[in-house]
Amino acid sequence: MVELAVLIYAVCGAGIGTSVLLKSNADRVLSDLGIEATVKAVAIEEAVSPDSMAQVLLITPELAAAASDIRSEVVVVKNIFDLSELTQKLSKALS
Amino acid sequence: MTASLFAPGSIAVIDSAESFSEAIAQSAYLLVTAGHAKAEYVDRVLANFQKLGPYFVVAPGIAIAHAQPAEDVISPGLSLLKLNSPVISGATANDPISLVFSLCTPNSEQHIEMLGEFALLMREQSIVNRLLKASAESVIRQILSR
Repeated sequence: MVELAVLIYAVCGAGIGTSVLLKSNADRVLSDLGIEATVKAVAIEEAVSPDSMAQVLLITPELAAAASDIRSEVVVVKNIFDLSELTQKLSKALS
Repeated sequence: MTASLFAPGSIAVIDSAESFSEAIAQSAYLLVTAGHAKAEYVDRVLANFQKLGPYFVVAPGIAIAHAQPAEDVISPGLSLLKLNSPVISGATANDPISLVFSLCTPNSEQHIEMLGEFALLMREQSIVNRLLKASAESVIRQILSR
């Protein structure tokens, strides 16, 4: 059986700012961890859509409440520039 | 490369702001000063904050205000308003806020490279620490051009 690649959504309100920065840093961390995953920068509406196929959502604390009650595992990131925080939280979520 | 991340007129230092929304407005207006956006963009950034709250507070002391691409954006750009006395945003995990960046882009692609470079810079805690301490525009520009 073919293992599906992990899909991660980096989320923000508009899908152009916070999410793009989160994606940039998450890509770096995943590559260091040797984890194959696709990170997509999306707006909150797409992240909470019932059609979302994302396994993990990366999100800042103030938006996290809007992302409750969904299938994806929600990972709240306090400091999006802190690669050690991202490394720790992503490796836990994907283990 | 990073020197060009911040156009002339896009960086300012003030002592304090009466509220976080005032700081956002002043920061976003620097994008207008720098020629990246029209004044309407500032209103949309504020509306985004009213609607979704301070979710764009992304790290301790740091916010990156922005709104969706629209016709009021001229070119991709970044601005920075440094507050010598920080302001409370309501994003409790990362308050108070001293560095209020603003971002604009005319579409969802043109700014990706710019933000990648910006992310590289901001991953360096030493750079962030120096920005938090800086109180002159020229010093900030020097730190950001490293």
